[in-house]
Amino acid sequence: MRAFEYASPTTKEQAVALLGEKWGEIEVLAGGTDLLSLMKDDVAQPKRLVDIKEVKELQGIKYAPATGLRLGALVTMQELLENPAIKKEYPALAQAADGITSPQIRNAGTVGGDLCQRPRCWYFRDGMGLLAQDAKGRPLVPEGENRYHAILGNSGPAYFVNPSSLAPALIALGASIRIFGPKGPREVGAGEFFVTPKTNGEREYVLKPNEIVTDILVPPAAGARNATYEVRQREALDWPLAAAAVALKMSGARISSARVVLGHVAPVPWPAPEAEKFLAGKTVSEQVAQDAGASALRGAKALSQNTYKIQLAKVAVKRAILRAAQGRV
Amino acid sequence: MPDYKWPDATRRALMGKRHSRIDGPDKVSGKAKYTQDRKLPDMLYGRIVRCPYAHAKVVSVDTSAAEKMPGVRAVTVIQGPGKEIHWAGDEIVAIAATDENIARDAARSVKVVYEQLPHFVREEDLSEAGSQIKDPEEKTEGDPDKGFKEADVVSEGVYGLPVITHCTFESHGSLNAWEGDDKLLAYISTQAVSDVGSGYAQPLKIPAANVHILQDHIGGGFGSKFSTDRWDVEAAVLAKKAGKPVRMVLDRDEELKVAGARPSTFARVKVAAKKDGTILAWDSTSWGTGGLTGAGAPPLPYCWRIPYRLKHYAVATNIGPSRAWRAPNHPQACCITMGALEDLAATLKMDPLDLFLKNIEMTAPRANLYKEELLKAAEMIEWKKKWHPRGDTTPGHIKKGLGLSIHTWGGRGHVSENRVTIHADGSVSCELASQDLGTGTRTVIAIVAAETLGLPISAITVKIGDNRYPRSGASGGSTTVGGVSASTRRATVDARDLLFQKVAPALNADAAKLEAVGGRIQVQGDPTKSMTWKQACARLGATPIVATGKCIGGRDELTNQGVGGAQMVEVAVDTETGIVKIEKFVAVQDVGYLISLKTAESQMYGAIIMGISYSLFEEKIMDPTTGRMVNPNMEFYKLAGIGDIGRIQVHMVMNKEQDERGVIGLGEPPVVSPGAAIGNAIANAIGIRVPNLPFTPDRVLAALEKRGGLS
Ligand SMILES: Cc1cc2nc3c(=O)[nH]c(=O)nc-3n(C[C@H](O)[C@H](O)[C@H](O)COP(=O)(O)OP(=O)(O)OC[C@H]3O[C@@H](n4cnc5c(N)ncnc54)[C@H](O)[C@@H]3O)c2cc1C
Repeated sequence: MRAFEYASPTTKEQAVALLGEKWGEIEVLAGGTDLLSLMKDDVAQPKRLVDIKEVKELQGIKYAPATGLRLGALVTMQELLENPAIKKEYPALAQAADGITSPQIRNAGTVGGDLCQRPRCWYFRDGMGLLAQDAKGRPLVPEGENRYHAILGNSGPAYFVNPSSLAPALIALGASIRIFGPKGPREVGAGEFFVTPKTNGEREYVLKPNEIVTDILVPPAAGARNATYEVRQREALDWPLAAAAVALKMSGARISSARVVLGHVAPVPWPAPEAEKFLAGKTVSEQVAQDAGASALRGAKALSQNTYKIQLAKVAVKRAILRAAQGRV
Repeated sequence: MPDYKWPDATRRALMGKRHSRIDGPDKVSGKAKYTQDRKLPDMLYGRIVRCPYAHAKVVSVDTSAAEKMPGVRAVTVIQGPGKEIHWAGDEIVAIAATDENIARDAARSVKVVYEQLPHFVREEDLSEAGSQIKDPEEKTEGDPDKGFKEADVVSEGVYGLPVITHCTFESHGSLNAWEGDDKLLAYISTQAVSDVGSGYAQPLKIPAANVHILQDHIGGGFGSKFSTDRWDVEAAVLAKKAGKPVRMVLDRDEELKVAGARPSTFARVKVAAKKDGTILAWDSTSWGTGGLTGAGAPPLPYCWRIPYRLKHYAVATNIGPSRAWRAPNHPQACCITMGALEDLAATLKMDPLDLFLKNIEMTAPRANLYKEELLKAAEMIEWKKKWHPRGDTTPGHIKKGLGLSIHTWGGRGHVSENRVTIHADGSVSCELASQDLGTGTRTVIAIVAAETLGLPISAITVKIGDNRYPRSGASGGSTTVGGVSASTRRATVDARDLLFQKVAPALNADAAKLEAVGGRIQVQGDPTKSMTWKQACARLGATPIVATGKCIGGRDELTNQGVGGAQMVEVAVDTETGIVKIEKFVAVQDVGYLISLKTAESQMYGAIIMGISYSLFEEKIMDPTTGRMVNPNMEFYKLAGIGDIGRIQVHMVMNKEQDERGVIGLGEPPVVSPGAAIGNAIANAIGIRVPNLPFTPDRVLAALEKRGGLS
């Protein structure tokens, strides 16, 4: 790891003032579970770290039935997992956090960090850039080892998958992300937070280099059945091969409206409007859930090694719907 | 002639029973020191600059920036201009600095210009290997053509195991310190305390006798830590240059890229049989790689003496060198053979257990043993109750299946010498330049010594891990337990008999009539004529008893070779996701005369967990364009965790017949079968063979697709 400057501000104004105009030179440090490994691997080479852990206003979970949920960016995955209101109202979130089966990472990793963590694409982690190319400028992923890469939104130059497990659940629940920068606060929908970079210098989210995530706001679930299902090969700490989060508004036994968002399948969390349309007005059954999975993946296109992920994503949608309908945590 | 023979079951207090390993408390409390824990005053940190290309020529090396960096104490060029490099990660420059970060910064500042050359890193598809394929080895035994002519059925299949790594939890490394000009002290993570020193002596041009090797504990070797590596020798060179000790320990990514890999093997197999299940002939074409040198032919057909014709192609690749991996070539041969036989059983619509039993004479000379072991394993897993023909027809997406396999291994004890000292205060020490790979070697030595001397295990001090003790062989080939138990037995019998001579007059008895039991020396069968161990030793005065005992290897009668072993597994496959879960795994194993039951069982568990891991998860994944390993980390080089291993049950075959064989090693045999058994169980569950390990969702789903769609 290269030497760096370390700053520990106590207000968000101070934090933002310590940040810079260019990605890469100055980085925000939260739990460090991702950033420090990037630095050790020399993929990130910041000259300064702005540790936001002493900014107290970024902490805390608040829930009220009328206003919904507010998560400070510094809330840890473990705090999220243990919160009774979240378990009851937003099982999709708790289940997503539960999938990170390492207590160490859950204890240190924050929700802000989960949204802003960098992709796990092994070419990126080997220092070849997020949009890795060979010497002749040809992308490495399509011809290379792409078993864990994107099956949607993968027409290039980005082939990685968004790693956040919380993001699909947050988008399905209609959450918004509050951001603070030199010009003050702003708010974006969780779905609008993520973008697909076109060049190696860009990030995977709409933050500017001198902005931080301060809060995550989730509207009241208002009885919407919600769940996350992740397909993971190992019980031991492992990344999902595909995941889906759903939120179903019910009227009696029927779905009045649905949100379906896929994770780990595209450079951004991937909403599935076709599946949402298909589900509206239907009564949940195994067949309906399965068909919803099929429609969610209609636009999927496999790379050379990841055809299987299309099947896994279908299963994730199906099982998320069934899990939500059962209302089991 | 002293009686060294192993005591039978009626005459042993400790051997064959369950005892906790004697270094367990040190390990769990963190007191145990591994090579990576070692520090010396003023120690420097070593770092290697590695080639990023899979095949290249070094054009120029510029280390000037590194040399000027504050904190850098020594720099050496390992492979300079003109050298051809054959795998990504090969060593180019070595650096020693006052701290790890400086060493890394310095390594990054080295400018190496390479001329890139074409590389080849993927051998799974032989038709793409072209000129990388070496001339085939061909072999025929018996008359396979006759068998194929007479056959009612011929079953065909493809089976394969990719290159995997050793992934030792303690990575390779050493701490090297000079004492004067020509004496080196090296703490090194090694499987060969006695012999590893010569790997320093030759390149450093110092007498082998001047290399002092120390190692208390090791975090795994599995065949990858027999000799010094270039980074160890270079660390010693840096240490000399800098005049300070240098520690060189590999990072995880280096460990996975260059410090150990198991060769791959793929095979197309045909097996011929009669309708009644009589196996007639075998024909296989196999290929694989162990890096530049290709890979040796696996011993096919494995365990079964079937008339055969073999063709094996070694494929040269730029993936880095391979090393012996726990039971070299056996897991590959086993997986291919047992897979082909299970496929044959399915073709014949036969229960593979019946097929195995019907042809069991073909497993001579251990046919009876295999039969006994298969039946025991079948009982443990309720084979006859649970087995169904290929393809679980239970409704739902979870399909269960059973699989089986048998294996074999040598395991005769290696050459070993143990020096036992009985002190006047009653304490006893054993000294031998062996090593405990985590297998329980210390514990075994203590048990044998304690048993022979009639003492509790805690009364024995075991000193290993120092090459100044008498020589004991490297721990490879499952040879350690046979070697050290035989040398310990002989040394302690001799020492005990010398003590008998000392105390016989005081007991008014013939020394030959004495025995050491329960902490006393007494006239055989007459506790009234006795004295305590302490009283006996007090008579030694100023001269302790010192006796050495040997295991001569080869024909030594206290040890033997040639075990069998049977394993069975039940798996549950989610046919929607292709995810395989282990439900229950049973293993039955013979090991001859069993000294330490608990650590033996622990070896079994460890081997099976490792086996489950390579069956379901492990793979050294190489990028074809860059020629680099893409998963050199514990995140994507996946290992089984505790939740992934299901229920494991082991049974050690212990009886008079086994006792009479002598001690046989156990480290390797139980790791041979899991891939075969699990592959067979998956085929039984889902109704089709998944050809290649590891059995990941993509491979399982692809097989299901081929079978005719998903459930
Ligand atoms: C082996 C392994 C498996 C994992 N499995 C999963 C999984 O299945 N699902 C999953 O979702 N995650 C998984 N994780 C990732 C883990 O959840 C993240 O590392 C963690 O959430 C990051 O949080 P952190 O606080 O440690 O972030 P840090 O490492 O401190 O930061 C990560 C990034 O986010 C930026 N950042 C952090 N907070 C803010 C903020 N408030 N505003 C702006 N930028 C910010 C940092 O600058 C940095 O770029 C896994 C990690 C590992 C190592």
